[in-house]
Amino acid sequence: MAELEVPVLSVKQLNKQFGNGCPSCKDKESGDMIKNYCRECGTVYACRDVTFDVYQGEVLGIVGESGSGKSTLMKSLYFDQEVTNGEMYVAGFENGKKNVLNESAQKKRYIRNHLMGKVYQNPILGLKMNFSSIGNIAEKLISAGNRHVGSMETRGASLLEEVNIPIHRMKEEPRNFSGGMQQRVQIAKALSNNPPILLLDEVTTGLDLSVQASVLDLIKGLQRELNISIVLVSHDLGVIRMLADRTLVMLEGKVVEQGLTDQILEDPQHPYTQQLVHSLL
Amino acid sequence: MNKSYNFAFFDEGSKREIRRATLKAIAIPGYQVPFASREMPIGRGWGTGGLQLTLSLIGKEDVLKVIDQGSDESVNAVNIKKLVSDTTGIRTTDSTREATLIQSRHRVPEVSLQQDQILILQVPLPEPLRSFEPSEYETKKLHAEREYSGAWLMLFEQIMKYGTMATDADHPVMVHDRYVSAPSPIPRFDNPKLDYSEALILLGAGREKKVYAVPPFTKVTSLAFDDYEFEKESFANRECILCTSKDVFLDELVDQDTGATYFQCNDTSNCLDIVNQKQSLGVK
Repeated sequence: MAELEVPVLSVKQLNKQFGNGCPSCKDKESGDMIKNYCRECGTVYACRDVTFDVYQGEVLGIVGESGSGKSTLMKSLYFDQEVTNGEMYVAGFENGKKNVLNESAQKKRYIRNHLMGKVYQNPILGLKMNFSSIGNIAEKLISAGNRHVGSMETRGASLLEEVNIPIHRMKEEPRNFSGGMQQRVQIAKALSNNPPILLLDEVTTGLDLSVQASVLDLIKGLQRELNISIVLVSHDLGVIRMLADRTLVMLEGKVVEQGLTDQILEDPQHPYTQQLVHSLL
Repeated sequence: MNKSYNFAFFDEGSKREIRRATLKAIAIPGYQVPFASREMPIGRGWGTGGLQLTLSLIGKEDVLKVIDQGSDESVNAVNIKKLVSDTTGIRTTDSTREATLIQSRHRVPEVSLQQDQILILQVPLPEPLRSFEPSEYETKKLHAEREYSGAWLMLFEQIMKYGTMATDADHPVMVHDRYVSAPSPIPRFDNPKLDYSEALILLGAGREKKVYAVPPFTKVTSLAFDDYEFEKESFANRECILCTSKDVFLDELVDQDTGATYFQCNDTSNCLDIVNQKQSLGVK
């Protein structure tokens, strides 16, 4: 029998806590807790034993209320912050055999630059606002080792064209752009070195509906075309319904339910998911 | 010699601290070593980094040359020479060959340096990544992880904006294939002189409190792209109006009376040497 398909990204028992913890919150179920906040020592348990796999060409959606640990999880995946403990395996690095969270900062940077792309909710975090748009895309390419101006310019221009930024504005700084355009420049940047994994953190939040639609269209199109794997965080169930193949529901730092998106939306099991789906307008 | 000061202005403890930082800098080529920059009788930003290195290294046998933008006679150069000779009693010179210590601002002398010489460059901004990343905490990490895409990105931006790398001075260099460093605001013309230099090159930034070094015979490459190579300033078909030298760094000047532009050596002592040599040989 053929071997089972290997996940592109595999996360096991990822924990992130802010604070040292104390005896009273050691046992998280019975301790003196308000949600995921310890009353005794003030520790916040942002991610608790989060485990999931993402396969080639799959879009994994993550939903949850604000404060449920979605963004903390995304930051941990992109090494924007250290995790407390946990394991993460990336197929493109050492054949997915090594826990990348234990690697050196240099190796983590390599994985970030070569195997991942991230689009932040706030473009200020993902773009250098005082560098040109083409320069922002080149930054990712330079980090990945490219030292050829001509090829970077061609690649940048074709990506910007793909995300519908007019070529005559490519040398303009993103701070002159509208929010939607900035978001599209971010997407172009994240895609520039053909990453097998793309992380999208609330990409459409704060954009108006028509721009939202075009950004989602773009993401869906690129994902089909390039067959990349996407982890998509959103609290908008419409976005999840449209893009995600599978969905995790997070609450108070824990994954409370996971399954095929249709299943979760049509037949939610956990009380929180039921509430979430029913409050959908 | 003014006896009210210790030899070379500083107390011995200060000199030792600066020398210790210097030794570390030589041991890690291109790495910026922090040091306790002293208060000086000249303002920070006027060459205090270079001056502190000079004072910490100078001995009774040394001969000092100080250059400011290629000139031995500018106010800054003259004042620094005066301070050092007043507090040490050592001899100063204009001749590059004769000097054992050469403190310089913005130039590497045209005459190639020898193994027994030390070149000390004054540095205003030692951090090559500063305009890309304002936080020192972050740039320290970038250096540690050898993450220099910021330095290349700044050159890329210039190519996008101006069609060429527009660094006129302080074009970043890679020292010993490890640290990207600022070569101080020397013109691009002087960057290749750092590569496998026979003399020890020390760089001191007084305001920023950093010392770094290019040890003798160390590889120094100017950053460039595969399809945009590093280029020196070109003075093709130009020569010095005084000594007719070609292939030296020239200043473009305007004749006040006629309004015509002409070119003259930037390195004044080298120019004078050549003129004297020609006269003694009887060439007109």
